[in-house]
Amino acid sequence: MRIFDPHIHMTSRTTDDYQRMAAAGVRAVVEPAFWLGQPRTNVGSFADYFDSLIGWEPFRAGQFGVRHHATIALNPKEANDPRCRPVLDVLPRYLEKDAVVAVGEIGYDSMTPEEDSAFAGQLALAVAHDLPALVHTPHRDKARGVERSLAVVAESGIDPGRVVLDHLNEVTVKLVRDTGCWLGFSIYPDTKMSPPRMVEILRAYGTERMLVNSAADWGRSDPLLTRATGEAMLLAGFTEDDVDRVLWRNPVEFYGQSGRLNLTHAETEAPATFEGNSILRGGS
Amino acid sequence: MTPERLRSALRGVPDPGWLDDALRAVTADPSTIMRFFPAAGRRCGWAVLAEALGWTADEAARALLLTALPGDHAGHAEALYRQGDAAEKRAVLKALPLLPIGAAGVPLLHDAIRTNDTRLVAAALGPYARHLDPAAWRQAVLKCVFTGVPLAVVADLDDRADSELAAMLAALAAERDAAGRTMPADATDLLDRLGAGRAAGTARSTPTEA
Repeated sequence: MRIFDPHIHMTSRTTDDYQRMAAAGVRAVVEPAFWLGQPRTNVGSFADYFDSLIGWEPFRAGQFGVRHHATIALNPKEANDPRCRPVLDVLPRYLEKDAVVAVGEIGYDSMTPEEDSAFAGQLALAVAHDLPALVHTPHRDKARGVERSLAVVAESGIDPGRVVLDHLNEVTVKLVRDTGCWLGFSIYPDTKMSPPRMVEILRAYGTERMLVNSAADWGRSDPLLTRATGEAMLLAGFTEDDVDRVLWRNPVEFYGQSGRLNLTHAETEAPATFEGNSILRGGS
Repeated sequence: MTPERLRSALRGVPDPGWLDDALRAVTADPSTIMRFFPAAGRRCGWAVLAEALGWTADEAARALLLTALPGDHAGHAEALYRQGDAAEKRAVLKALPLLPIGAAGVPLLHDAIRTNDTRLVAAALGPYARHLDPAAWRQAVLKCVFTGVPLAVVADLDDRADSELAAMLAALAAERDAAGRTMPADATDLLDRLGAGRAAGTARSTPTEA
């Protein structure tokens, strides 16, 4: 089983996790920029974080043959803090980096006017830099948050096929299915979505434009739940090709729209092949 | 390495017209380098260059962009390094000896050597490392051994390796030996060449010298 986790916050995970993920079949990840639990108070704090996402994390991942890409944005929660808003001015330079495959996470947390303008402005940046967009949907008042997000996406003029709405569930999947946007599901130990519930959603709505991620971070989460979902799919009668589509080809197709996804060797070779490879060759 | 050789080695890249235009633009308007530099990998590829040993296409293209600047090479190198991803940082480090900047790039070497990213540590120990003072250079060589960077990346290794480096390596060898671990073969070979194999390891084992 080859696995591409399209949403995981590896900054908050240990190197042991990379080792376990590689052993479970994870060959590629996308790490979206988000908040860190502790609020940040200045632009430099974000710049160091973004630099880590395109520097140290890919190096750490590469030691286990995992390809690491990032999405960069000012997240919705911190878009409300005037001390963080100037982050919007440094984003353009990051959106030109090789390993940056989308603008994200953008969207809503509490649906404030500040979030409105940061969301719309960053969708415009996605268009300007020819990148897809990763939209976080709020945990509170989620259905209305999803509806409002879809309206902002439609108004922005970005191609809906270049947008994913993430953290969907049984209720909100219905709102997004026919919009042309991609659908993201975060498999958590006991909150957002579970492997059995995910299987039911795939049964009901099919595998097209479906992205399954662990969204593992500093909270209670598990980077191996992508694998668990693939196994639950097989047990439920999905084919290996279905699993490959959801866990590999779909994220490759979505983030591949950036033109920057670099999966050299990762598509065909087992991760173990990488262990003897020199990480000194540069490039990534 | 020279800019001319890098230019020649880049003849077969996917989009040679892009590089020609970018080099002209950077000479005419230095500020444009901030836009071209991050895009160089996507335009020129990341292939290992057969005609420029140790260089990849993106590194060579970025080094040429730096050499095409009409002035303030040190300022631009620093800005591009500070704002670069790991591949861009590596390209700046490798370009330093090709730029008319004297020792102005040394702070970038120090930054790279402080990291634990072996790609950066390796790139910092090329020919430009002649500007590093002996203490910093020895620590960097030792870090290579410690983190598994092949000593082949270290420029002027045999010319610069001195008895102090031999003593430091021998001390590491003694620690490894005590832990039942081995040293990389290239480090053992270097110790042998320095004539400081086992004897220096023993002499260095007193803690007061650590």
